[in-house]
Amino acid sequence: MATYSTNEIRAGLKVMLDGDPCSIVENEFVKPGKGQAFNRVRLRNLKTGRVWERTFRSSDSLEAADVSDRDMQYLYNDGEHYHFMEPDTFEQYQADGKTLGDAVQWLREQDTVMVTLFNGQPLAVTPPNHVELEIVETDPGLKGDTAQGGTKPAKLVTGAVVKVPLFLNIGDVVRVDTRTGEYLSRA
Amino acid sequence: MADWQPTATLETLRRRAELMAAIRHFFALRSVWEVDVPVLAKTGVTDLNIDSIPAELNGRRHYLQSSPEYQMKRLLAADSGGIYYLGKAFRDGESGRRHSPEFTLLEWYRPGWDEHDLMDEVSSLLSELGVVTDPVKVSYREIFQQNIGLDPHAAPLEALQREATALSGSDFTAVSRNSCLDLLFSLGVEPTLPDGLVFVYDYPLCQAALACGGKDASGVPVARRFEAFLNRMELANGYYELTDAVEQRSRFESDLALRAAAGKSAMPIDHQLLAAMKAGLPACAGVALGVDRLLMQLLSLADIRQVLPFGMRCDVND
Repeated sequence: MATYSTNEIRAGLKVMLDGDPCSIVENEFVKPGKGQAFNRVRLRNLKTGRVWERTFRSSDSLEAADVSDRDMQYLYNDGEHYHFMEPDTFEQYQADGKTLGDAVQWLREQDTVMVTLFNGQPLAVTPPNHVELEIVETDPGLKGDTAQGGTKPAKLVTGAVVKVPLFLNIGDVVRVDTRTGEYLSRA
Repeated sequence: MADWQPTATLETLRRRAELMAAIRHFFALRSVWEVDVPVLAKTGVTDLNIDSIPAELNGRRHYLQSSPEYQMKRLLAADSGGIYYLGKAFRDGESGRRHSPEFTLLEWYRPGWDEHDLMDEVSSLLSELGVVTDPVKVSYREIFQQNIGLDPHAAPLEALQREATALSGSDFTAVSRNSCLDLLFSLGVEPTLPDGLVFVYDYPLCQAALACGGKDASGVPVARRFEAFLNRMELANGYYELTDAVEQRSRFESDLALRAAAGKSAMPIDHQLLAAMKAGLPACAGVALGVDRLLMQLLSLADIRQVLPFGMRCDVND
């Protein structure tokens, strides 16, 4: 596997640290005038999501992690595993619920999501930032209440529960930000 | 479209012009005269951790100067008396929020003075320039021991490596004493310094650079070097200057051995400096101060590009 010198690693690059794949969050150059140059690096452990801070000598190097992000189609859940397919190669991958984490509440069959592969295995699944999903459960809408600021919980077709304006009804399609779980608009 | 706009506001650039004028005024009042020594010369520096930028001139290798030090010392040896330089310096590979590969350095020398006299003058200059100075003076050993719990002069290398590994989160077990000290100071001491101006003096001998050796108050051999920190940012580095040509040559040679061991390019030794020192460099103290950083502090700006007309960065974040 390739290695990167620590003074050339930029945000977003994937490297191995302590046996885990990590994504670089930030890399700051630190150097006393007459002294050794260092790189103060913040990395997100892609397995645990935790952010580490490490300082390396600028001459050190880190091993590149075999991590890639692929757009895949979500196929189905067999009760234990979630199945995804790469549309170009028709190659299929399966991931367990732990790998999916919160992404599971935004998954709808046939939708395209980003699957992060580490050494050829799914490491994480990321839904699109914005999704449009149908409401399947909510209290009846209040007519003429389009201007008021009130909200109510609504269950979407994928299982996610989001706060929506009072005037919305079952069967309405809403646009939601999956990173915050916030309702954006009526689709 | 090409991004042609300045990286600093015009207001900042006017403050920059005023700062340069005020520095010149300060030295004019003290009869220290300005020397604009060349930035392009046949030799660079041999320092392990400073890389001169090469430039071809008529097909011959030259270097942009990383500091005016060697040429100023030749003027001192020619009996210039007190002199200063206010201009550009260049260092390859240094780029970040506090570093620019091309930067502005103020460097001055005071024949007959020692490093403590010069710290007082740095303090006077900064107070003239509008920095509130009620400087704290502390020895390297005291501030290091306070924060790291080890004596920087006496601690065994393994102890420094252990602390550096713990503080950095990466492996320092095979790293040199110098690099361990740099790491521990940068991460463990600098961030704990108080607001305002702090002078740290009596550096470990292995960090002497171009400072004369001496003994501290308790008789321990130290380098007569100091640094000034302003609000925890390294601002200036000064020495009671080494004047012994033989010792200077041996430091150049040990620098070159370190460069070779680190796989870095060999650098030509500045024989004109050695000859000048042999002819007689007067006892003196000298200091170099980062003008861009001073302006950052005066204007509370966090990125060096905000004080440069056209700030350049060639690092990972570009």
